[in-house]
Amino acid sequence: MSFWLVLTVNSVTFGGLLFLLSAGFSLIFGLMRIPNLTHGSLFMLGAYIGATFVIGVFGVKLNFWLAALLATLAVALLGALAERLLLRRLPGEQLAQVLVTLGLSFMAADFCLMVWGGDPLSVATPSELAGFQRFGALVFPNYRLAIIVIAIIVAIGLWLLLDRTRLGAMIRAGVDDPDMARVVGIRVSQLFTIVFALGAGLAAFAGIVGGPILSVYPGLDQDMLPLALVVVILGGTGSLLGSFVGSIIVGFIYNFGQALLPELAYFVLFLPMLLVLLLRPQGLFGRHVP
Amino acid sequence: MTIRFLALVVAFAALATVPYWMPGVYYINVASQILFYAIFALGLNVLVGYAGLVSLGHAGLFGVAAYAAGYMLQLGFGHPLAILVALVIGVASMAIYAALSLRSTGIGFIMITLALGEILWGLAYRWISLTGGDNGLSLKSRPELFGFSMSDVNTFYYASLVIFMLSLAAMTVFVRSPLGAALMGTRDQPRRMNALGYHVWAIRFYACLFSGLLTSISAILFVYYTQFISPQTLALTASAEVLLMVISGGAGTLLGPIVGATLVVVVKTVVSGFIERWNFLLGAIFVAIVILMPEGLVPGTARLWRLAWRQRERGASVTPGSAEAKP
Repeated sequence: MSFWLVLTVNSVTFGGLLFLLSAGFSLIFGLMRIPNLTHGSLFMLGAYIGATFVIGVFGVKLNFWLAALLATLAVALLGALAERLLLRRLPGEQLAQVLVTLGLSFMAADFCLMVWGGDPLSVATPSELAGFQRFGALVFPNYRLAIIVIAIIVAIGLWLLLDRTRLGAMIRAGVDDPDMARVVGIRVSQLFTIVFALGAGLAAFAGIVGGPILSVYPGLDQDMLPLALVVVILGGTGSLLGSFVGSIIVGFIYNFGQALLPELAYFVLFLPMLLVLLLRPQGLFGRHVP
Repeated sequence: MTIRFLALVVAFAALATVPYWMPGVYYINVASQILFYAIFALGLNVLVGYAGLVSLGHAGLFGVAAYAAGYMLQLGFGHPLAILVALVIGVASMAIYAALSLRSTGIGFIMITLALGEILWGLAYRWISLTGGDNGLSLKSRPELFGFSMSDVNTFYYASLVIFMLSLAAMTVFVRSPLGAALMGTRDQPRRMNALGYHVWAIRFYACLFSGLLTSISAILFVYYTQFISPQTLALTASAEVLLMVISGGAGTLLGPIVGATLVVVVKTVVSGFIERWNFLLGAIFVAIVILMPEGLVPGTARLWRLAWRQRERGASVTPGSAEAKP
């Protein structure tokens, strides 16, 4: 019984992390119509940069949350630059844009290997969340519970941003019908940069928040990108609710798959995605077929 | 036309005599690698260049055929049976792969193939009881062909060359056949082709099978060359490497993938002797080619060549046309 409960909490935690990662992926996909294949790399970059600040660089050792904020901002800036300098040069050529993101992801992976080496970095859990919660005989680390709370706060924040602000309305208009949005005077290309930076920042934040659980290692990008892809195919592109539900589903499948069928964990993970592709190509909550 | 014919003869003569003018065994091995990677690139080009379908999971299929051959040999079956089974399994898994991914085109196709490639990689990596996981599978021997042992560097090179020439010939026939023409029609005008009564899906499916066959052939050569397979063979990096070969050389041309395979293999082997960071360079070349020369080296160079040629002709003879052309 306790085995199942612990597995369930871990699944929800992992789902929360996945939501942080895939919300931006889904928005970028919804707006720009491309899967951003650098998303795993942005996650890894965020994790490495954050971990460096936490461990200490040039004698400066930062608080975990301050490091997370810095990593988020740095990677968001990188994302904005990549969009402005590279993707912007290929307007309307989605295939070329995907290939550029693929090339960038290799460069990022090799860059991380060059700077941080091949050994995994472990990130210490922030001291204020180091304890445990007891529920009868069950013990849950505070940090895992905190991740669930963080994911919910970010979800609410994103929902408010998209549903209640002018910027959010413009993004929604761009997702639904970019041409019409242009006609009514929305600068959709500017939205591209904003959404790319936002998505990159969220991915980096997910990376550093996930650091104490997953640790940071080369290949982390390739582990996370397929998960984000599955979440977005399941949930549908450009839909916040879709990425939330998709993340939780994938969180459960991933953790239960790892525990029960370790050899086939990957296969089990991709099965529901194939089912959705076959039966409902736009995803559970998607607005259009990719 | 004659210049082209002459160039082909020279190229063939150069290929046929590689073991005699290459400075060492190492370079002959690099040449063999170029040949089987060129077959792989030709196979991917069927989809990327002629069908307009970008597959990001081809290394997965390559890996399936390679593992099939390796596994059969490890179980103690002979070489002919292992090769046959590998071909059948390679094409059969391509059929499944195509049935799943041809439900969509464009970006959707990329995503599904990427996911399928990752599934295959995940299986190879995690299904340790079947594939040996990260330890991979090792092969003990290469087959004998008409009494010549393929363990010999030169024999292996010539075997690769023969298979490469056959694949290139098959590719040429395919491109010029009605099916090839119909395939390019479905690439450029799928709806119109549908309206004309062509079965677009079936045409794409056949193209996938052909691509799968070439991929399996190159995979079998690869297995015999390295005598080792690991999940790394199926990774996304490997899929992207072949895609880079196709795109850098020129998708939708016969020569492009061969030039691309040469470029990638040479850069990879030569450069990795000096610097460790091959992947960084791979990514950078990828980005640069997509942005600067999206049509690839072969069509790009041909375009520049024609441009230069026209300029020279204009410079040599002053015609009224050239005066008008200058604004």
